[in-house]
Amino acid sequence: MSVESMSVEAMPVENKLTESLFAESQLNVKNKKIQSLYRVLFLMMTLLLILPVLIILGTLIVKGGSMISIDFLFTDPINGMTEGGIFPALLGTVWLVSLALLISVPLGIAAAIYLSEYASENWFTRAINLAIINLAGVPSIVHALFGVGAFVMFFGFGTSIMAASLTLAIMTLPVVIVSTREALQAVPHAFREACWNMGATRWQTIRRVVLPNAVSGILTGVILEVSRTTGETAPIMFTGAAFFLPFLPQSVFDQTMALSLHLFVVSTQVPNVPESLPYAVALVLIGMVLLMNSVSIAFRMYLRGKKKW
Amino acid sequence: MVDTMLEAMVQRKSETESTAEQKKIKLDISDLTVSYGKEAAISDVNFKIYENEIFGIIGPANAGKTSFLKALNLMNTFDANMKVEGKILFNGRDIHQLKNVYALRSRIGVVFPLPVGLPMTVYENVALSPRLRGIKDKASLDEIVQRCLQRSALWDEVKDRLDSLGSLLSGGQQQRLTIARALSQEPELLILDEFSIAVDPVTTMRIEEVLKELKNEMTIILVTNLVQQARRLADRTAFFLEGECIETGDTEALFNGQVENSKTTDYIEGRFG
Repeated sequence: MSVESMSVEAMPVENKLTESLFAESQLNVKNKKIQSLYRVLFLMMTLLLILPVLIILGTLIVKGGSMISIDFLFTDPINGMTEGGIFPALLGTVWLVSLALLISVPLGIAAAIYLSEYASENWFTRAINLAIINLAGVPSIVHALFGVGAFVMFFGFGTSIMAASLTLAIMTLPVVIVSTREALQAVPHAFREACWNMGATRWQTIRRVVLPNAVSGILTGVILEVSRTTGETAPIMFTGAAFFLPFLPQSVFDQTMALSLHLFVVSTQVPNVPESLPYAVALVLIGMVLLMNSVSIAFRMYLRGKKKW
Repeated sequence: MVDTMLEAMVQRKSETESTAEQKKIKLDISDLTVSYGKEAAISDVNFKIYENEIFGIIGPANAGKTSFLKALNLMNTFDANMKVEGKILFNGRDIHQLKNVYALRSRIGVVFPLPVGLPMTVYENVALSPRLRGIKDKASLDEIVQRCLQRSALWDEVKDRLDSLGSLLSGGQQQRLTIARALSQEPELLILDEFSIAVDPVTTMRIEEVLKELKNEMTIILVTNLVQQARRLADRTAFFLEGECIETGDTEALFNGQVENSKTTDYIEGRFG
């Protein structure tokens, strides 16, 4: 009897604790309010970021969309660039960007593999890293002037696709290196050690284990860099892109037109251009970039699906 | 005539018995010191490991057990900070004088505390080492993969999904996968570094059974923080404490209290560590 009454007396204390879990206190309600407030705040900021993109795309489509046609893409500009298409510029941009990547991607990946997999932590490596960071911070107009001095004049390429692509390549190199290095270092160190313990050399380990698992990250970095390179104007202005050319480039040592410069020219340098033309050129340029970005995203998703750990 | 044959047989038998008694030395470690920077992880370690025995290494955390294993595998070539002094004789030859460290490592199989399933399929995990050795023929690879998986007691569970990712297996399965991978190196020496940390007791027992069989073909070093596991498996055991090898001896003798240093008994009986 006495034992039972004791347990009954003890019950209310426990119940109180339990009840407090199911009841809503003042503090609780306040915390909840603040939490939803912040949620909304951050959501608004995110939407604010998307707004410019929508406005830009909307304006371009409304004002220039009507001009876009197969003819516009694949014919030459005529009548002092006030009419006709943009084919030489489109082709020139493809030339410039692909040659630039052909140079910067192998170089950048090799450098990143060295820095991530071979280099030991010493003053030399630190100096290289510092140089890469500084190279990434150099303004593009300075790259342009460097390109003029080095490739156009010193190496004697003249103003040409070659000189312009090399300039672009040097500009993109640090980003390729950094993104590749990040991708390599995202592969867990334990994988490397397991492989070394089996008697694999560093290179065997890199080829069989590290690279296959870093490739999605590397490619994402590269493709994002493609879209940035596509839009660059300053570095190619003095090194290889021409105001107007009545013919297509025959080799990499010819000058070429380029979309980004063409946009600058038709919007500021040529009189009597129909209003919709610059918008249409801009739309093509941004369309190329978006296309490449979506390719990058799709590819990343595909490789993520195959991600192995 | 029959007598002479019998005699010859008896003689041969006694020969094999005598070679079994004077066991071949697999590893002879003398004055081994491993340090990282200025700090010594182990200092002046001396002992011998015989062929076809399971050699247990017990000791609390930070005793230098893993550093010892790393030194065996010459991992200092990948870690500029790690310094190894002293002699390690592998089959009577000093490993610091050999030219081909990669070949040495491939003769030594290592199993880590946490299973490292490489990010590839089950099949590729086991076929990696043979492929590194240059075996390309599909039939031989198939044979090696099946044999190693069978010996690590994993075959029955994965034979239908050799093409799924190794990292999707359960923890215990992954650990057996890494054992299969180590076996695919056809090692003379198998090193297990606290292999049962992430493995359930049933799987641990299965792996222990496997180890007892493997002992006939290779030398096994078993680093463990479960003293009872050392007792179950190891023929001889070394006790490491704070970077020193306190003593080595016959496992049963150590566990029965025949020790040179009372700390060994204290550790075995759980009074510290």
